[in-house]
Amino acid sequence: MTPKRRRLTILLLAALGLGTATALTLTAFQDNLVFFRSPADIAAEPPPPGRNFRLGGLVEQGSVARGTTAEGRPNITFNVTDGAHTVRVQYSGVVPDLFREGQGVVTLGQIGPDGVFHAREVLARHDENYMPPEVADALRRSGHWNPASGDPPPAAGWNRLQPAQASERSSGG
Amino acid sequence: MPKQASRWQFLANPGRFLRVTRWLLPALSVAALLVLAVGAVWGLAYSPPDWQQGETVRIMYVHVPMAWLAMGGYSGLVLLSVLGLVWKHPLADVAARELSPIGALATGLCLLTGSLWGRPMWGTWWVWDARLTSVLVLFFLWVGHAALTRAFDDPDRGARMGAILALVGAVNVPIVKFSVDWWNTLHQPASVARLAAPGLHQDILYPLLVNGLGFSLAFAALALAATRAGLLERRLRALQLAAARRADVA
Repeated sequence: MTPKRRRLTILLLAALGLGTATALTLTAFQDNLVFFRSPADIAAEPPPPGRNFRLGGLVEQGSVARGTTAEGRPNITFNVTDGAHTVRVQYSGVVPDLFREGQGVVTLGQIGPDGVFHAREVLARHDENYMPPEVADALRRSGHWNPASGDPPPAAGWNRLQPAQASERSSGG
Repeated sequence: MPKQASRWQFLANPGRFLRVTRWLLPALSVAALLVLAVGAVWGLAYSPPDWQQGETVRIMYVHVPMAWLAMGGYSGLVLLSVLGLVWKHPLADVAARELSPIGALATGLCLLTGSLWGRPMWGTWWVWDARLTSVLVLFFLWVGHAALTRAFDDPDRGARMGAILALVGAVNVPIVKFSVDWWNTLHQPASVARLAAPGLHQDILYPLLVNGLGFSLAFAALALAATRAGLLERRLRALQLAAARRADVA
């Protein structure tokens, strides 16, 4: 019994030490572990010009303008917002299928002298909600959700909604 | 206290394990195949597409169960390692050694299906965000454990080294789980294992749970089959050693 208890004690102490060390390390590297910076981060701490970084947030409603560059590539400009701050982004290239107003995006690039973020890469970042098209339609038509303004309402309100019920509810107003 | 010890013995006795798994293994395998068949038909044919991801969302029915098994399986490996290191149960050593290739397979499939899903939805096969990176570390831990436990001539020594690696690697489990909450990542936060109501519509949630159950049963069946083989191998080795010793004496 004694050697067993000794081994268990050593194990628990080692686990405690390792856990503490890991927690301290992760706290120390907190800033480096984020994948992207938000417009608020950039407003609070503007990065030096010419420095590449990732900017993330939602595509602001009504801010998307599409065109073509002089070389004939698709060109798109839009605002990335976190509610409090926005950053204008310019990107020439094809954006992911999920790109739309209200969608999360993560863009890689740098802020130019014009104050616009020139992106070399645009990735879509979808939310953690999954629903059939009929349910999404019903929420939209009943005025409970506008996808262009951001994530859907709390899931408890729709994750049991049946499309038949849903269309009834929307036709009823 | 002695009663409790005998209960442990019941679980840890290799002979009894072989006897119980002789019927448990085929039962589990049949159940896994049945549940997976239901899950495949439900997930592929009778569940709706997602409003924004379309049909691509069906990758979830493999990706998410593999992620659950990668993490749940690793928690099992940690438990077996504690039993092996502290209580010196030989069955725990064998089971841990046989579990790691299967855990590596599940984690590898999680990464592979995630990559196949990320390309059409996010627009990239891979990024070094905290979630993806910590799952890659989990994969290396599984592979490292499989290699380390087999790297020693003395299986007990290999088991001890592997157990220490598995326990050190246990710090990665909460990091994988909470990476999407602690830091911002490209990967979205949890949809099912969270305090709020599941972020999946029930028509998508139920087939996911069925597939999760099916893959878990299959994982358990594979782990039991491998552990049985590992025990029989060990028994054979002991018999061969004894025979060789007898021949030496004679």
